[in-house]
This record gives sequence, C-alpha cells and structure tokens, in this order.
Amino acid sequence: MNLNDTPDEIRPAATDAGLTIAGRTYASRLLVGTGKYRDFDETRAAVDASGTEIVTVTIRRVNIGQHANEPSLLDAVPPDRFTILPNTGGCFNAKDAVYTLQLARELLGGHPLCKLEVLGDDKTLFPNMPETLKAAEALVRDGFEVMVYCSDDPIQARILEDIGCVAVMPLASLIGSGMGILNPWNLSLIIEQARVPVIVDAGVGTASDAAIAMELGCDGVLMNTAIAHAREPVRMARAMRLAVQGGREAFLAGRMPRRFAASPSSPMAGRIA
Amino acid sequence: MVSVTIELNGAAHMLRAGRTLHDLIASLDLLGKRVAVAVNREVIPSPGWAGRILKPEDRVEVVVAIGGG
Repeated sequence: MNLNDTPDEIRPAATDAGLTIAGRTYASRLLVGTGKYRDFDETRAAVDASGTEIVTVTIRRVNIGQHANEPSLLDAVPPDRFTILPNTGGCFNAKDAVYTLQLARELLGGHPLCKLEVLGDDKTLFPNMPETLKAAEALVRDGFEVMVYCSDDPIQARILEDIGCVAVMPLASLIGSGMGILNPWNLSLIIEQARVPVIVDAGVGTASDAAIAMELGCDGVLMNTAIAHAREPVRMARAMRLAVQGGREAFLAGRMPRRFAASPSSPMAGRIA
Repeated sequence: MVSVTIELNGAAHMLRAGRTLHDLIASLDLLGKRVAVAVNREVIPSPGWAGRILKPEDRVEVVVAIGGG
C-alpha cells in the first residue's frame, strides 16, 4: 500500500452523486446540529471534523441587557461557508413554528430552506403530526423549502411529501436519547416509497447507528447530541463522517444475503491432508 | 416626558413616545447585528424599522440564531 495515497475518507465515492435537497447538491450526507457544545470553538471544530455542509440552528429571543458584542453562533459557522438550517425546536403548535421560521427567514437574508419540527410533549419530544402537517402546508404555501421532522410512519411521510416538503426526516428514536435505529422496518417502508430525500433525524447514539441508517438506504443522517455529548466530540464528529460514508458505500455496494448455513471462504479443494 | 410601555421579548419595556423600532434596536446596540424583529407577530424587515413608531402595548420580538439541533 502506498501511504501517500489520498485516504478514501476525504474523497466522495465516485458512484455517489451526493445528496440533493431542493435542487442543491451536497457531497456530505451528514447534517449536524449546533446545540449542547461547550463553546463556539468546539462547535466549529466538530462541524469541521464532521465534514458537514448543512448545520442546524435554532431561533431564540435576544437576552436584553446582555452584551451585544459577545460572539455569535453565525460567526462560528458563517452562512457563506455552511447551509444554515433554522429549526423550530421548542415549538409545540403550527402557529409558533410558522412564526419562528418567518423570523428565521428574515434573519438569514430570505433563505427558504428550513427544518420544521412541531413537538408533542416535553417527555418524548415526539412530533405532533396534525400540527406538523398544518405547519408544513402553510410554510410550503409561503415559499419555504421544508425539511420535516416526522414520525416513522410511511403514511405521514407520504402526506408530507404530497404537501411539497423537500425532505422527510423520521426519528430513529427519541431526540437526544442515543437509542439508535429502533424500527428499521418502518424506515425501510418510508425509503422505499419516497421521492424526496429521507434523512434520519434524532436518536443516533454512535457511529454504528449512523452506518445502519445509511445501509438501510437513508439519504442522510442528522444528529446533534451523539456528537456534542460524546466524551470527545470532535473525534466523534469524525467517526460519524466515516460511518455515514461507510454506510452509504455499503448500501451502494449491496450487502451479501444472510444465510443460515456457513460457507467457507477458503476453497475446500487441494487441502493438505 | 411622555413614555410608552411596550412588551420587549416578553417583558415590559419603557421608551419615549414617538420612538421607532429603529430607535429601539439602536438603543439595544443591535443595529447591524444578525437579528430579526417582529411587532405583534408580524416580521418587520430592517428597512421598515425607521418608519415603525412603537405604540403602547406593542409586542416586540428580537431574535437571534443560537445552537440547536
């Protein structure tokens, strides 16, 4: 092996055209949240190590009376380098979610791409699907490009697609739980029928979870806590980058069939003795 | 001096009568910063701030982007 060869990890696979969302194509299939980091330096280091091109942010009231000159998140992850995906984290009804994204659009100079999430309750942070559908309809009508956090229900996913969402983002397990891919069968049903990218949003805990999602045929994975709450967030960000690439490659390569019986890898003919 | 009380990010806030949204944002040292502003849940793009005189009980929201997933 020539050690000077470019490591595979920094080259997108030749056979993979990348992740296209609302007409824009991204080489990375990993989307990363910016919450729960120690500081902006760590946020930026993790974002860089992850190789992501899309980062989520959330919209909150300015703390009146605090120093107006303290550093801001968008200095650490500038919109001219990354696609900023504003979310509606913390919204529990359609009205608040739509309002939040109208503010976000203004804040980000009119850019229409957004992540809609309308939560059901504090305990599960499960999506409230009736409110999610209502908000998605209003936002699409208003010209937003809506990537939508949703239940892993193929019918809801199809309805969201029909409304005009540009990506459906079912949870793999509860937000921030790190419980991994709990229902690969439902995700497969969604992937099978989808005409827009399917991105697992929420629940990934470690690299193998991300790889499993990609091996199922997901178009991408969105995560935050799995990186930010790892013992070494920057190293985990890199692990996630490799896992998403590995999982995608495995999906494209097509896994061998599972067999009940053993099958020797070495030929039986010509054995000594 | 006649003053009016508005609601700013959920808390009562006093300012002199006749002040505009632009004056308010300037007084908060937020001009030129990446913020978005709404009055009574209607987003007001920055070019409209100077023309918007704040009235008693206006509910003003000033938001930024912070870390989130």
